[in-house]
Formats: sequence, structure tokens, C-alpha cells
Amino acid sequence: MIDVARKERNYVDADYSVWSWFLTTDHKRVAILYLISITVFFMLGGAAAVLFRLELMTPQPDFVIPETYNKLFTLHGILMVFFYLIPSIPAVLGNFLLPLMIGAKDVAFPKLNLASWYVYMVGGVLTVAAIVFGGVDTGWTFYTPYSSTYGNSAVLLAGLGVFVVGFSSILTGINFLATIHTMRAPGLTWFRLPLFVWAHYATSLIIILGTPVVSITVLLVAVERLFGVGIFDPTLGGDPLLFQHLFWFYSHPAVYIMILPSMGVISEIIACFARKKVFGYHFIAFSSLAIALLGFLVWGHHMYVSGQSMYAGFVFSFLTMLVGVPSAIKVFNWTATLYKGQVSWTTPMMYALGFIGLFTIGGLTGLFLATLGIDVHVHDTYFVVAHFHYIMVGGASMGYLGGLHFWWPKMTGKMYPETWGRFSAIVVFVGFNLTFFPQFLLGYMGMPRRYHMYPEEFQVLNVMSTAGASIMGVGYLLPLGYLLWSLWYGKNATSNPWDARGLEWTIESPPTPHNFHEKPVVTTEVYDYDPEQPLPPPSERVVSPAESETETVQ
Amino acid sequence: MSATVEHADSSAGFLAHHFDDRAQQRQAAVIGMWAFLATEVLFFGGLFAGYSVYRFLYPEAWVEGSKHLDHVLGTINTAVLLTSSFTVVLAVRAVKRGEKDHLVRYLLTTIALASLFVVVKTYEYWVKFSHGTVPGAGFELHDLYDPSVSLNQVELFYGFYFVMTGLHAFHMVVGIVIFAVYTRLAQLGRYDENYHTPIEMIGLYWHLVDLIWVFLFPLLYLIDR
Ligand SMILES: [Cu+2]
Repeated sequence: MIDVARKERNYVDADYSVWSWFLTTDHKRVAILYLISITVFFMLGGAAAVLFRLELMTPQPDFVIPETYNKLFTLHGILMVFFYLIPSIPAVLGNFLLPLMIGAKDVAFPKLNLASWYVYMVGGVLTVAAIVFGGVDTGWTFYTPYSSTYGNSAVLLAGLGVFVVGFSSILTGINFLATIHTMRAPGLTWFRLPLFVWAHYATSLIIILGTPVVSITVLLVAVERLFGVGIFDPTLGGDPLLFQHLFWFYSHPAVYIMILPSMGVISEIIACFARKKVFGYHFIAFSSLAIALLGFLVWGHHMYVSGQSMYAGFVFSFLTMLVGVPSAIKVFNWTATLYKGQVSWTTPMMYALGFIGLFTIGGLTGLFLATLGIDVHVHDTYFVVAHFHYIMVGGASMGYLGGLHFWWPKMTGKMYPETWGRFSAIVVFVGFNLTFFPQFLLGYMGMPRRYHMYPEEFQVLNVMSTAGASIMGVGYLLPLGYLLWSLWYGKNATSNPWDARGLEWTIESPPTPHNFHEKPVVTTEVYDYDPEQPLPPPSERVVSPAESETETVQ
Repeated sequence: MSATVEHADSSAGFLAHHFDDRAQQRQAAVIGMWAFLATEVLFFGGLFAGYSVYRFLYPEAWVEGSKHLDHVLGTINTAVLLTSSFTVVLAVRAVKRGEKDHLVRYLLTTIALASLFVVVKTYEYWVKFSHGTVPGAGFELHDLYDPSVSLNQVELFYGFYFVMTGLHAFHMVVGIVIFAVYTRLAQLGRYDENYHTPIEMIGLYWHLVDLIWVFLFPLLYLIDR
């Protein structure tokens, strides 16, 4: 594009040595480190899911013994929540894009950023060690007194893993907060920030205020196991319920740590592929903050049947319903953005539309669960499992995949194969619904979660669910295959294949180590799309062969 | 938590490559530090919440446990720690005026006071351990003020005592290490009136550690005194 630009090597080619990766402070390289490790943990967590879904094909425990089953679903929960969903978008897409979107050279504390990855890996190694030393069977929620007193699996190691990995989130959150506050380019006012940035701002607040609470809680469980300090021990007069309060004080907001960044991704994708300014920009921005705030006031909805006072239940029920308001604001505004937009069915857009549908189902069933009476009926059943998977997989994970495709050309300089992309989006969507919709029905009929066996009459729905899970598994393996393929055989993407707005699209794909050649100055409003100007056709999204040849010659 | 450390350009003061100017660099450090302090508050907040629940449930046990703590040593330590916060302020003032010798001296005083606190704390722990007043199997407490109190609940009090003061002491030790590093760098002339963000940041951290103790002291040592 620009001659000067072509002469500087991009961030991948800048240095080929191994240490240049392991000691990098470049936010883009840290993002890649996270991308690789998160993928590994995701596959481990997915493998565990495959195994226990196979067990659930038949009513009797015939594939794995009950104890192994418990360890499998625990492993799946811990890995997916703490090592995939929570870090995925912030640590991969956020790390890569935040500085680019605000016109900065890096995040505010680049070394801390690298440190956060090492902390993450230490947490991961501890958790994997927990598997090696016999596994954990407490469920990802580590409820006391089972986790603190009675369980004799490797709770300590897994707990330490969760404790440690929490600090990697905290470091990322602090970094983003300081970066967004202080490193915006001239002219980039708060209300010119992409909604992706707003979403990460709100997420950082939750990370900073919520994560330490779960850290101290898990630490107390560890101290109880190690030294007999019985803060949750009923024999000393300690209260196991205190654990639930403290745990959910973080772990409910943690849901928003997973979903808010995803919502940020969706806003970017929808604006780009509808060729329109996001409808209700301010509402979407502030609804992120509202969700962050309300998220801290609703933890008691996990404890309606734990002996919590009925009046507390009323209040928590009401506050939980309130979360529906900012969530609905987002959904309505995205829909309004699509209205009369020039919608094109690219892979990211298909993931984004999938997100809206699945998140809506997940959100609405969340209202069922917020209702005291219904929750008593479906508490701890597959209804709950289906609900939160609609939010976390249907929501957070779809956003992650959508974002990965959307920014893949920016991150790698390569275009992914569009047909395969669309195909995989459909496979994931179909597989997902086949997996989890039957679980709503199972839960409503009374099948409790976390059991390795069930009555005969539930088998049909369970087989459907297992079949769906295998389809979804294929849907997840496809992108792994073709995205890797594209690194070698993909066509070179132009610097702005989607003709998208935002500072990250004004620089080369992939960017140079310092991102911008000169400090950008922002003079236009955000999402300044021209509805008259359609999305570039596929041929214009990649560098033409002639151009790329001159490039290699040079 | 301070700004990133890189080779100092002694003449112009230190500026990391990704910042436009030192004002921006300092502002980022300040915001980052306050965010970190917020995290710390919530970290201890979980413990304070648990403490409050059980103090409300078992007031007699909390009184009994508290009476067995050495409030004289606690008071001395409070004075020591508050004084160390004062010397940190003096250190920050010194570096802002470019007084290198004063800076080093105040940092060293702070380290000495902080270490004194840790020594006294360790002595208190040692006394409790030698009397068996430690949570876990074989918890012991002699000469009860209120013989009707449940020993289990007092054990719970001591659980909080050790975890809260232990975590606090851990923060003290981390602080001492950082102070030691900064003292060395100060001796090498790293900080001056143009560049002193790290000293300010460790100061903020130290005030928080101090502040947490200001809450811990009455909550643990002074119940019903
Ligand atoms: Cu919740």
C-alpha cells in the first residue's frame, strides 16, 4: 500500500528466534501466545466433554466409572471457564486489538502483559498436574464442605491452578484499564471509541473487582485443606454457605467477563457487515457498564434453594431480572442496526447472527431461572446446564469465533477460505442447538445435572444431545484445520479486506511491531460507514497475484 | 505494578518506548496502581466479609479470642507501621526535590521499620504456636476468661487471625523486597525530580498495606477492651 510501510517487517517476521516469542513484550505476539495456549486448553476441555457425552448415551454407567465421570465434568468446567471462556476474547482479541483500535503502540504495561501469560501458563500447569495426580471431582464450583473436608481428589492442585490463573486475568484487566484511559490517540474521545473497547473497559472493571474475591475464597479452601483452618467447616461452627456467597460474588460477574467482550465483537461485526453506523451507540456503550454493575448484585440467584432467606431471594430475583434490561437494549440495537442495512453473509456475520439468536434464548431462559418458583423446580437440572451453555457457548464462544474470523486477515495477513468458514458456522450452530436444546427439555422433565446415569425415558433426548455434541465438535475442528491451512496456503489479505472503519484497519496486515508509522489523529465519528459503499467482493479482499509478486521480489 | 523498567536514560529521565511523553507514562502507572489497589481491597474484602459474619454469629468467642492476643505488641506494631508510612511520604518528597541522599535514607528507614513489624509479628506467631493456639488438630487455649465459650468458635477466630495477619504480613514482605530494590536503584541515581513514579507507586502500595492494618488491629486486638 505505502512504500515506506512495505519496507518494515511485520510483527511475525520481525524476529524468528524462539526467545523473541517467549520474551516478547509486543501485545500482538502476546495475543498469539495466548491464542495457541487457549486453543490447547479448549481442546482438552472439549475432549473431556466428548467422553462424558459418550457415557450419557446410555442410561447405565457403562463407558466410564462414576468417579471418572465426575472428574470429567469437573475438568471440562474448570478448563472451559477459567482457561478458555474468561481469557479467550480479552487475552487474544483484546490484547491484539485494543492498542490498535485506540492508536497506541502497545498496552500500558507490556511486560506485565507478558507476565500475565506466564501466570496463565503456571495456572494451567497446576491444573493439568491435578489431572495427572488423580483428577478432581468437586465440579468447577468447588462447593464446600465437599471440596474442603470430604473430597479426597486433587482439589488442592486444581484450586491453586484457579487461584493462580485469576491473577493473569487481573493483570490483563489492570493493563486494559490503564491503556484505555491514557493511551487513546489524539481526537479519539470516549464516544468515538469502538464498542469493542467499551466492552473491554466494562470487562476490566469486573475482572479487577470480582476476581480477587474468588481468589481469596479458593485460597481459604486450600488453607482449610492444608492447615485445618476451618472457615467453611461446620464442625467448628463455620458455614459452607459462606463459600457459595463468596464464590458466586465472583462467578456470576464472571459470566459477564465472558459475554461482554463477545458483545463488543458482535457490535463491530454487525456494523461492518450491515454497512451502517451502530444504532444506539451510547445505549450499547452504557449498557455494558450497567451489566458490569448489576452483575455484582445478583449472586444470590444461585442460592435460592440453599437455605438463603426468602426475602433475600425476592431481592436477588428482582435484581436478576433487571440484568435483562441492558442485555435486551443491546439485542434490540443490533437488530435495529441490521434494519435496512446492506447485510452480507460472511463468516463473521453468520457467527454474529448466530450469537444474537442463541444469546436471546439463553437470556430469556435466564429470566425463567431468575423467577423464584420456576427455579425451585428446575434448580440443578439440565435446564440450568442448557441455559448457561446458550450464554457461554452460544454467546461467548460464537463471538470469539466470529471475531477470530473477522480479524484473522489483520492478525495473520492471510484470508481464510470463506466457503469453509460459512460451512463451519452452520455446523457449529446446528450442532450446538441439537446438543443443548434437548437439555432444556430434559431439565424441565427433571433430569438433574452431574449424574452419570438416568432413567430409561430420558435416553432419546440424551442421544440427540450426544449426537449434537459430535456435530459441534466437528464444527470446532473445521476452523482449527482451515485457519491453520490458511497460514501457509491462504491468499494474502489486503490491509482492509472488509473496508471496515476503525484504526486497526488503517495499518498493514499483519501490522509492524510498532503498529502505526505515525501517531494517528482521529477526526471522524466511529462506525462512519457509507451505506452506499458495499462490501468489497472477495477478489478485492486479497492482494492480487501480480501485487504479491512484486512484494516478494522486493 | 510500577511503570515498565527499561534502561534508564539518566539525563532525560526514563520513558518507555510505547508512551508519548512522561506525563502519559506517569498517568498510566497511577491508574494501573489504583486499579491494583482496588483489587487488593476486594481481596481482603472477602476476608473482612467472612470475619463480620462470624463475629456477628459468635460474639463471645470473638471477645475471648481477642483477649488472648497481645494488644501491647499490637499497639507497638501499629505505631511502627504508621511511622513507616510517614517515612515513605518523606521519601517521595525527597525524590521530588531531587534529594538523592535523603531519598535513600528514608527508604532505608522504611525498610527498617517494616522489618521491625515483621519481627514483632513473627514473635507473636511464635508465642501462639508454642501454646498450641493454632487452628487445626489439637487447638489449645488456656486460662479462659469466659469458661462457657465454645473452643471451636475461638478456633475459628484464630483461623481468621492467622489468615488475615498472615496475608498482611506477606504483603509487608513483598513491600520490603521492592523497597530494597528501589533503594539500590536510588543509590545508583535512577530517580530524580524528573522521574520518580516508582517511588510514588510503592508509596501508594505501602499506604494501602498500612491502611489494611489500621482495620485489622482494632478488629482483632481490641474487641471489648
Ligand atoms: Cu448467576
